[in-house]
Amino acid sequence: MSTVIETKGLVKRYGRIAAVDGVDLTVEKGEVFGLLGPNGSGKTTTILLLLGLTEPTAGTVRVLGLDPLRNPLAVKRRVGYMPDQIGFYDNLTGRENLLYTARLLGLSGAEASKRIDEALERVRLVEAGERRVSTYSRGMRQRLGLAEVLIKQAEIAILDEPTSGLDPQSTQELLDLILALSREGMTIVLSSHLLAMVQSVCDRVALFSRGRIGLSGRVEDLTSDVLGGTHVVEVEAQDVDLAQALADAPHITGVTQQRPGLWRVDADEDARPEIARRVVMAGGRLTAMSIRHTTLDEVYVRFFEEDRHHAAAA
Amino acid sequence: MRQQREGSPFTGLATVALKEAADHMTSARIHLVMLLVLLTAVGAVYAAIGQITETVSQDQFLFLRLFTTAREPLPSFVAFLGFLLPLVAIALGFDSINGEYNRRTMSRILSQPIYRDALLTGKFLGGLLVIAICLLVLWLLVTGLGILLVGLPPSGEEVLRGLAFLLASFVYAGVWLAVALVFSTLFRSPATSALATLTVWLLFTIFWPMLAPLIAGALVPVDPLNPMTAVDLVEVERAISRISPNTLFGEMTLALLNPETRSLGIVFSNQLSRALIGAPLPVSQSLMLIWPQLAAMIAALLVLFTAAYVSFQRQEIRA
Ligand SMILES: Nc1ncnc2c1ncn2[C@@H]1O[C@H](COP(=O)(O)OP(=O)(O)O)[C@@H](O)[C@H]1O
Ligand SMILES: [Mg+2]
Repeated sequence: MSTVIETKGLVKRYGRIAAVDGVDLTVEKGEVFGLLGPNGSGKTTTILLLLGLTEPTAGTVRVLGLDPLRNPLAVKRRVGYMPDQIGFYDNLTGRENLLYTARLLGLSGAEASKRIDEALERVRLVEAGERRVSTYSRGMRQRLGLAEVLIKQAEIAILDEPTSGLDPQSTQELLDLILALSREGMTIVLSSHLLAMVQSVCDRVALFSRGRIGLSGRVEDLTSDVLGGTHVVEVEAQDVDLAQALADAPHITGVTQQRPGLWRVDADEDARPEIARRVVMAGGRLTAMSIRHTTLDEVYVRFFEEDRHHAAAA
Repeated sequence: MRQQREGSPFTGLATVALKEAADHMTSARIHLVMLLVLLTAVGAVYAAIGQITETVSQDQFLFLRLFTTAREPLPSFVAFLGFLLPLVAIALGFDSINGEYNRRTMSRILSQPIYRDALLTGKFLGGLLVIAICLLVLWLLVTGLGILLVGLPPSGEEVLRGLAFLLASFVYAGVWLAVALVFSTLFRSPATSALATLTVWLLFTIFWPMLAPLIAGALVPVDPLNPMTAVDLVEVERAISRISPNTLFGEMTLALLNPETRSLGIVFSNQLSRALIGAPLPVSQSLMLIWPQLAAMIAALLVLFTAAYVSFQRQEIRA
């Protein structure tokens, strides 16, 4: 593994407010890295700094070992970028838009049309490619944006909010495409304010809050570190005190009663058989049980709530 | 700040310029403006031909009269051009930079391996290319109409003067394109930048001729006992009115298309004593006469472009 993106003490101020306030980030080759956090937490600004589209107030950026301000062309030649709310020339067709990009990349005519054909095929826009972009849906525009990254044959793809505004089906489609690209060795950095939606595709994430990275690491590590478990089991049962029944059970990290007869159990693996056994042993009646992975939203809320409490107490 | 940069700032320049020109050539807005220009041009020249065939019998520069002859109620072709060329340039340029932000294509384009220089310069060159094509077509049209309807082919000297006039019109339109470009980098809304550019255009086209005497009068009080102060007043007024590109363009067309023009300043009768009034100047002399005007317009164009460049280089690309 080698590091392809590295920032140290990155700061970007607008007047008195710091949009990015001391971000240290490393992204390894081949991984899918998520910049996650609510709107206004500094994700887009961080991305602009990575691309050299805005200058940092302080700190350093290295992308593929290069400084994006000193060697902008070398960096931009190897890094693909899909901006938030991507725009195209509406009066041109999808293919013509890509052709313009290909010319800016300095590709020859033959090479350009070969890459464009492949890319359109890949994002399933072969027919739509001949239509004006003004007729495209939001999801098609996003896919056209990915096609542009493909034409560049970029080593790193930086995608800002790639799924925002998409319906669940288009979202899944786009995430699948992103995963496929990752499997082929492309390094992917994506940002999103919908943490749970993208957590399944990210190898590692950084959680942003007010310009800083509060937490970063693998999703499983974060959930177990912050919440103590990677799974959440919801248990509906009668005639039993679940907290007592599960008191010394293995893999259980927390039991909270949400209302009479309904509990939330945090566990670091699938503990359903053990829970069922103990409910029955304690003489209770088990009526329903469901399991899901802990979401990053829960991690985020828990972590930054505590953070805020500490800040308030201090 | 960028200390050293690798790569050429011209990478992608031609691509951007050609795309820009192609966009203009296919845009309905430009089609409308061009149609307007074409109709007025043909109308003016047609009227001029009527006037010429009625009145003029012997004229050494019959062909040049096509451009300058006015027939009531229509103004002459050059007067039309002086009025409409800025509008063409403004239509081409008022949304060149902020339009990219509004379509949200700016960051996508600038994440390709080109410098901002290439985008800005390419857009400017694309606009200039369209202006050049438009002017050339107009010029050929007028020449063709003249040959067809008057039956007189232009002399070599007239062609030279016509081409110099073409160049002067090109630079004049370029200045207005640069004005539009500056406003399109300063304002994010195309409506605002269009209004701002049109305001400047109105100022120089309508109000400047009225303002120049007022300002000059305030600056130079005329002493009735000293006739030189009256001369000063005229000189100052002329200097002020020359701030307007329209004045400069007017003077250039005057010198180029009326070969009898010997000076663009005030002339004292003693200076004319040995000159043959009405005798035409050779082309080279007329070119010498307009050289300061042309140089001033090119300088203005470069200053404006630099202003746009500086403002664009410092912008954050968040769209
Ligand atoms: N040009 C600007 N001037 C002033 N503040 C800005 C500017 N751009 C962004 N900000 C502020 O910076 C913060 C971070 O914004 P951004 O990076 O876009 O967040 P995110 O992408 O996570 O939603 C926000 O509070 C935003 O208001
Ligand atoms: Mg954002």
